Amino acid sequence: MQSSKGNRGSRTDQILLIGVNHKTAPVEMREKLALKECNPPPLEIFHSLPGCREVMFLSTCNRVEVVAVGNGDGGEVSASILDAWLQKSGLNAGACSQNLYIHRGEEAIRHVFRVAASLDSMVVGEPQILGQLKDAYRDAVEAKATGSILNRLLEKAFTIAKRIRTQTAIASHAVSISYAAVELAKKIFGDLRGKSVMLIGAGEMAELAAQHLMTNGVNRIVVANRTLSRAVELAKQFNGEAISLEEVDQALEDIDIVISSTGAPDVVITKEQVKRAMGPRYHRLLFFIDIAVPRDIDKGVEEVENVYLYDIDDLKSVVEENTAKREREARKAERIIDEEVIKFLSWMETLDVVPVIQGLQAKGEEIRQKEMARSLKALKGLSDKEMKAVETLTRSIVQKLLHDPVVTLKREGSSKDEGRLLLDSAKRLFKLD
Amino acid sequence: MHNPLFFVTLFLYFAATMGFIMHMVTLRKDAEKAATWVLAGGFAVHTLSIAVRWWNAGHVPMVVMRETLSFLAWAIIAGFLFLQFTAKIKSLGAFLTPLATAIMGWASSMSGEIRPLPPALQSLWLPVHAAVCLMAYAIFFLSFVLSVMYLIQERQIKKKRLRGMFQRLPSLEGLDFMGYRCIMTGFVLLTVGIFTGSVWAEQAWGSYWSWDPKETWSLITWFLYAAILHQRFAVGWRGRRAAYLTIVAFSALLFTFLGVNLLLPGAHSYAKF
Repeated sequence: MQSSKGNRGSRTDQILLIGVNHKTAPVEMREKLALKECNPPPLEIFHSLPGCREVMFLSTCNRVEVVAVGNGDGGEVSASILDAWLQKSGLNAGACSQNLYIHRGEEAIRHVFRVAASLDSMVVGEPQILGQLKDAYRDAVEAKATGSILNRLLEKAFTIAKRIRTQTAIASHAVSISYAAVELAKKIFGDLRGKSVMLIGAGEMAELAAQHLMTNGVNRIVVANRTLSRAVELAKQFNGEAISLEEVDQALEDIDIVISSTGAPDVVITKEQVKRAMGPRYHRLLFFIDIAVPRDIDKGVEEVENVYLYDIDDLKSVVEENTAKREREARKAERIIDEEVIKFLSWMETLDVVPVIQGLQAKGEEIRQKEMARSLKALKGLSDKEMKAVETLTRSIVQKLLHDPVVTLKREGSSKDEGRLLLDSAKRLFKLD
Repeated sequence: MHNPLFFVTLFLYFAATMGFIMHMVTLRKDAEKAATWVLAGGFAVHTLSIAVRWWNAGHVPMVVMRETLSFLAWAIIAGFLFLQFTAKIKSLGAFLTPLATAIMGWASSMSGEIRPLPPALQSLWLPVHAAVCLMAYAIFFLSFVLSVMYLIQERQIKKKRLRGMFQRLPSLEGLDFMGYRCIMTGFVLLTVGIFTGSVWAEQAWGSYWSWDPKETWSLITWFLYAAILHQRFAVGWRGRRAAYLTIVAFSALLFTFLGVNLLLPGAHSYAKF
């Protein structure tokens, strides 16, 4: 099992993360681990395990993960979560030990942050995962399976994801052919509202591009096909008009964007055709997207003024370039995450200090009360004013005495090794616990 | 007299220019926002400086070259700020403000001395005619800058260079349309400018049109812009061709504005350098 070395979290509670994703496990295994039909629901199963204080269950098509807070160093809890999980999903431990990752402490925190920021996604920067994570968190909150640590971890993860989206350009470049086509159309036409598109031939990618154009405001669609019946069928799907290939010439006179993807061996649109169309269309800009192999549109079309032609290779190189850009931005994002992990760890470490300080103050107050009660017997007949003065006196003695230890604990109690020593000494000196 | 407001304006315009250029390089939104407000501040000071000059001189400050250039820059910035707060054209500031600042810089190198108004110019037509013409020039200047931006972006898309400038410049159709709107507005103003000039000429010199070099070149410029608009309506010339024509027409305008005063003597040569 890929166990992580990072073990710098809290000394009394440990954040754990166990899971598989698209990189480590095949889809069949992910499906089984998703525990879709399981009763009682997975959250309940894990939360009822001894030592498991908080838990959350994230299941998407690319990953299935359990995030938990276990007591002690978390070793036992993570083992029992794993056992329960494998048992419910009907997998045996030997078969999937290579696929599962188990993170504890620092590594688990980092993993949650990276998932939220979409750095661990199949397509880095795609934002859906954030919504899925929010849903999973909401389910866990509703099931009362989370507590102060997971709440803070997830709230942080959401803010970090937002910070990364605004401070890096991780999601601002199109990384699919159809999005790249839309991006280009926007640079040519600006607003796509009121524009029209013609699909010549059909195909998954062409239809996807048409779909994206329509969600971006294109409101008229014309479908041309060799067989008119197929054109009619597609046109119905997009709520558009169907035309035959012979009518393409005429359509070129008023269409703004042409997406061509026929299986024809020769060119479907020639330079002459386009040139002829330019006069009647008052030289309005015309954008050809040729995603057919072999190409449908004569390369010479590019030479016609106000006409732009991008073929599949052009679009691919746009996508490649954008992917590289995203990777560069991802590195910036990793730095932001490193920074936030450190902040989170130091918050976790203060979790150990707080109970010691509270114990110290409680003990002081307890002694004061007790001693006051005893002495007051001997001090009968004090006026209200004098009583108040005694109250103030005792209280300030306790406070002054505890002031320096508390300040020192606050300042140094959460540092790595000395902190632990200091906390232990404080507990021993004042007989806390 | 040196007008300190004039130099404050120049300084603020320069600072704004730096901001717009920084925005273009780094794509930082706050740089652009700051630059826009600095520019607006500069514009306010500029307006004040023109008003003060008007007060001091006792006549509208559009007579000597320094005043004319300053008013031109003022009108350009006014047009730009209007666009910035309404239509917002990406990166326009980085192209336009350096040029407007240069015009101001040039003006600042000229004599700021106030001279008495020649008798021929002592007319109510002076502010009308000069202001309308200069505003037309400013708007044609905007259309020129938009055309240059169009040609750069057109080349990027045609050559499939989708880095740098491609990302920073707006869409082709947006640039083309805004350029056309500027030309329409400028053309109306230029027509009014020529018309008022001719009415004034009749009153001052006794004839509506005397083929003075300024008049001749204005007419040439007017025809060029008329041709751009005509071709657009009649046969749909737009895009690259329209952008090239706009640049040609702007060169003619530049000659009308500066060349005539520098090279050709005539009735309009009050505005000595």
